[in-house]
Amino acid sequence: MSFKTKMGSLASYDKGSIDLNDDLKHYAFSNIFEVANDSKPYERVMVASNLEYCAEVVRAEGVSPWYTAPHDEFAIVMDGEIEFTFFQLGDDQKPSHSAGAAKVNGEPKGKRMGRVRARRGHEVLLPKGAAYRLSAAKPSVCIIQTSAGPESVEKWSKICVID
Amino acid sequence: MNMAQTQSVKVIASAPDPVLGYCKFQFGSFTFERDMYFVHVSWPKGVHTIEVDRFLRAMVRDIGWGFFYGWIFFDDVFGTQNHYGTVDIYAGTYSKGHRDTGVDFLETFNTDDVRVAFETISKNWINEGYDPLRAPMETGSPLGPKTKDAAGPLIRGFEPARRMMGLPGDVSPRSDASGHPINRAFADMSFDKPDIEIEPGFEDQVHAFNLFDHIARADVTWNPSFTSITRACICCVTSEEHMLPVIHGNDRNEWFIQLTDEIHWNIQDKNTGNPRGRIVMKSGDVCAMPADIRHQGFSPKRSMLMVLENGTPGLEEKYAKGELEPFPITASRW
Repeated sequence: MSFKTKMGSLASYDKGSIDLNDDLKHYAFSNIFEVANDSKPYERVMVASNLEYCAEVVRAEGVSPWYTAPHDEFAIVMDGEIEFTFFQLGDDQKPSHSAGAAKVNGEPKGKRMGRVRARRGHEVLLPKGAAYRLSAAKPSVCIIQTSAGPESVEKWSKICVID
Repeated sequence: MNMAQTQSVKVIASAPDPVLGYCKFQFGSFTFERDMYFVHVSWPKGVHTIEVDRFLRAMVRDIGWGFFYGWIFFDDVFGTQNHYGTVDIYAGTYSKGHRDTGVDFLETFNTDDVRVAFETISKNWINEGYDPLRAPMETGSPLGPKTKDAAGPLIRGFEPARRMMGLPGDVSPRSDASGHPINRAFADMSFDKPDIEIEPGFEDQVHAFNLFDHIARADVTWNPSFTSITRACICCVTSEEHMLPVIHGNDRNEWFIQLTDEIHWNIQDKNTGNPRGRIVMKSGDVCAMPADIRHQGFSPKRSMLMVLENGTPGLEEKYAKGELEPFPITASRW
């Protein structure tokens, strides 16, 4: 017997269902490909939120701003191919905010740290205190494990099944 | 509620049964006995029978998860609740019929005592050829008399990453070299490696690995591995096939992200067990599991699931006291 693994994508996904005798807002049911299809490039849309922590869906298309966070973040590519570029920050650029990703003021002034080209299923470390930038030649999707921060966007009513 | 507090207690094994070969165990006020097909749990006012495969699948996961977050129902009657230092073992406490007739019972033990007791029972009752961590189609039967003790570790696959899997000095992803081939259910997928360029001196900062490859090589099911940690936010990934052998009652909110295929979740009220309905999650779906429910998943084909947990100590008390709402997105955020 051979198996067929089903994986969603920007071009094709099959959303599940939620049928509960309860307030559906308590479950915040969404689909990351649907969210990415309705997002602007590099809009960091929360799809999971657990007190201060969250997961953000990012539609990668073209080149992103430079971001930094005061803690590690992790990106998992769910569709397409995304290049992540890493630089150190200058002393005057290091993150002063408490949590989540923020845009870097200008270009990073520190040393180049490296680069990762990641495809579906790859998980990438976005290291604490570093500058990182995403770029994608074609629309791609990743989900980022992080904390809520200045760049996090909440639009639960638009993305979730609520009735 | 009928309950007892035990300060410290050790599990006591009987001599092996002369016919079937299994030991009977006394732990606090509970007695555990198995026959060819069933486990019989008894306590001062009652007895409950569970099919042996289900019991052992639940028990080894409960041990491996360190009793996890909140309630682990082996079925609608019997289970454990983690208090992070002590563990309740209960029978009928969350079953209306048992409570109404006064046959419910709950006893609190030190966590280490429960772990030792469950390990002792499991080791005696698991025979060679049966692996309760594997999918049912990938292992032998637990039925019948005792044959030979299973070799190898009772639990496996639980070693958590400290920062991110694969970083220098951290835990390694599964591989052919570690004895974990790609599972038959993911043989149709292709697994390449990310392209990584690291400037000298940044080996512990620039890192990536194939997460799907790691999950696809799991030789266990419904058994998460921690792959990345952001402060107290833990990313757990797991391969799921057949049914979650327990019903999980949350003591906090958690989030599921379905990476591949689909899982069907039955949702119940946490305290009463009354059904609230059903959620079908497909690849790319995201759903919260609120702190006031029980859930049990059914995965028709082996699938990949990502779970985000908030491991902040003491959260369970804030939810229990009502200081935090039992759902993650509060009204003002909609």
